Amino acid sequence: MIEKKPIIFLLLATVTILIGTAVTMVAPFKWINDPKLAIASVTPYTPLQLEGRDIYIREGCNNCHTQTVRPLLADTERYGEYSKSGEFAYDQPFLWGSRRTGPDLARIGGKYPDAWHLKHMVDPQSMVPRSNMPEYGFLRQPLDTHLTERKMQALKFPYSQADLAALTGKSELDALTAYLQKLGNDIPWRKAARTEVVGELKNPFQENKAILPEAKALYQQHCAQCHGKDLEGELGPALLDLDKPDAEVFGTIYSGSPDAGMPGFGDSLGKERTWKLVTFLKSQHRR
Amino acid sequence: MNEQEGYADEVVKGFIIWSMVWGLVAVLLGVVISLQLAFPQLNVPPYFSYGRLRPIHTNAGIFGWGIGSFMAFFIYITQRLAKTRLWSPGLARVQLWLFNVVIALAAVTLLLGMNRSKEYAELEWPVALLIVVLWVIFAVNIVMTIVKRREEQMYISLWYILATLVGVAVLYLVNNAAIPVSFTKSYSAFAGANDANVQWWYGHNAVAMVLTTPPLAIFYYFLPKSTGVPIYSHRMGVIAFWSLIFMYLWTGAHHLLWAPVPDWVQTLAMAFSIMLIAPSWAAVFNGYFSMNGQWHQMRENYLAKFLIFGITFYGLQTLQGPSQAVRTFSAFIHFTDWVPGHVHMGTLGWVSLVLFAAIYYTIPKLYHTDLYSIPLANLHFWLAVAGQLIFSISMWIAGVQQATMLNATNPDGSLHYSFMETLIELYPYWHVRVLGGIIYFASLLVFIYNIARTIAGGKADALAQKA
Repeated sequence: MIEKKPIIFLLLATVTILIGTAVTMVAPFKWINDPKLAIASVTPYTPLQLEGRDIYIREGCNNCHTQTVRPLLADTERYGEYSKSGEFAYDQPFLWGSRRTGPDLARIGGKYPDAWHLKHMVDPQSMVPRSNMPEYGFLRQPLDTHLTERKMQALKFPYSQADLAALTGKSELDALTAYLQKLGNDIPWRKAARTEVVGELKNPFQENKAILPEAKALYQQHCAQCHGKDLEGELGPALLDLDKPDAEVFGTIYSGSPDAGMPGFGDSLGKERTWKLVTFLKSQHRR
Repeated sequence: MNEQEGYADEVVKGFIIWSMVWGLVAVLLGVVISLQLAFPQLNVPPYFSYGRLRPIHTNAGIFGWGIGSFMAFFIYITQRLAKTRLWSPGLARVQLWLFNVVIALAAVTLLLGMNRSKEYAELEWPVALLIVVLWVIFAVNIVMTIVKRREEQMYISLWYILATLVGVAVLYLVNNAAIPVSFTKSYSAFAGANDANVQWWYGHNAVAMVLTTPPLAIFYYFLPKSTGVPIYSHRMGVIAFWSLIFMYLWTGAHHLLWAPVPDWVQTLAMAFSIMLIAPSWAAVFNGYFSMNGQWHQMRENYLAKFLIFGITFYGLQTLQGPSQAVRTFSAFIHFTDWVPGHVHMGTLGWVSLVLFAAIYYTIPKLYHTDLYSIPLANLHFWLAVAGQLIFSISMWIAGVQQATMLNATNPDGSLHYSFMETLIELYPYWHVRVLGGIIYFASLLVFIYNIARTIAGGKADALAQKA
């Protein structure tokens, strides 16, 4: 009986453990590394982005933020195109995370302008009221670059001396922002996913004053961080005396205006609340 | 007694005491980071922010409290089941020193932000190398003791001990493969989806080889010792052992359901997770059936209470776990607070209750005295169970509520809630969790006081006898 032979027992236990290991840990390398899954437009990190990624790791951002969008409605509507394995080819280590205390960041790149991130890191609650994110103002300290070249070499990422020289004067926060702006942006999903609302756009709440208090609350929650508490403008432009037609304002809020750094809110607000916001905005004038 | 039998028990005392210290640190940090989640202004960057403290909490819990006390009881149990002295007590003393150095180094390096980011394998390569040395020293000592045993038959606890020794070694070596850049920085040797799949093969089997097989070894030894009744079925134990260590290794990818790893790996993980209910519950039934005719001990014997509640939480854990490993349910609750609720039932309920029983049983024996206070042990028990249940149940409800809100849609198909609208609903639950954590922390203070008084009493008796 093997219960009387410890060494044979040990060997048998090892073999037993290695069977599942071989099938579910070793074999998948072949499937994951299938050239068909590679995405040509996915690029390695630049020195600045890599340093930013290392700060993300150092601060343990992955304890609260995931980086995988699952092919589920609640994920794709909220964050964007679902994640593909080819997008992570240069991620050593992977940073998919396991708990979404904060939102997923796999598609954060290009959602907000740099200035939004800088402000949000220094004082998260000023941009997202009641957020429980810690503040990271100390990241305004200068970036330590003495290992950068060795890091790029270790990962076999291409770089030029000009890339390295460009790091002088950068802060840790600049690097982190550069990393965040790359996330999910290697495939051109944002343009493809942009919802163009077609058909005749008619504001169902025009001249309906009853919805204004609710609409004002929506503005304070979603818009005031960039456009100012009194619509006076801050990171984004002032919104007083808007002279654009309702349908155009609706389109900008619903689908965003990526080139101007304006995220789309259609996914989280829906049409009805977007129209309420339009109504509110059009009702606000300079005194 | 023990000295006459020649067992090397001084080092067992050391491991027990140090694991209790690290356990207290882990729970204290748990309370701190639960407060930080509820009150973000309590983050004090750079060092004392949630992102840096949470890995210290998990490492202190799993490796400081868990592995530390497993080392104590593996050494204790192996000598008694082998009916022989530890192969090298000197090596075991080195192991105790190295263990404490490694845990302290882990805490300091993580605080400084030296972090590989892979869960439960965060430690940078120099510390990871020390852990490999530590494990080799430990494994050699235990295996050599078993080899020179004077009892031919190896009792079931020894099987779980042997499986743990080899399992942890395989997992740790592969998942810690790294490309060093400097003494304090390295990158994972694997990339992207490959790295994710290796990590969760490791991560879930750390649950198997650290949080399941060692407590089972301890449970199978201390249940008969504490209650005076033999284990119900040896054969069921044999079948459960081999099927458990076979099936566990297939299940890692249930952490990656809906993620971009091959579908077939996810499906296999899902199927094997369901199948694991069988060997898990074989152990639960072995515990329950052993108590046939002895259930009155739940009233009279505080050790039975710890052990049977422990195995009951194991049973609940191994039903809830497989349910979460099903794609549809995972789609709903994955990434929410449901999962921390699940994990803490396993760690605070199953693993810790069994360890408390083992410590209550061995400390009086090692110091030739009686436990200082059984009423205090009962108080410890009820505080621990209450604290853990408050924690887990509040997190399950929070998880279901947030998942429901995240999935809610408007009639036009758009999402009803923004992410922040779901987050602010969690604050009340996070306050309740803090309360659960504080109650559990209080239970540990009662426990430590009771054990400290027991040890002091034992030492005083020994002095009195000498005089």
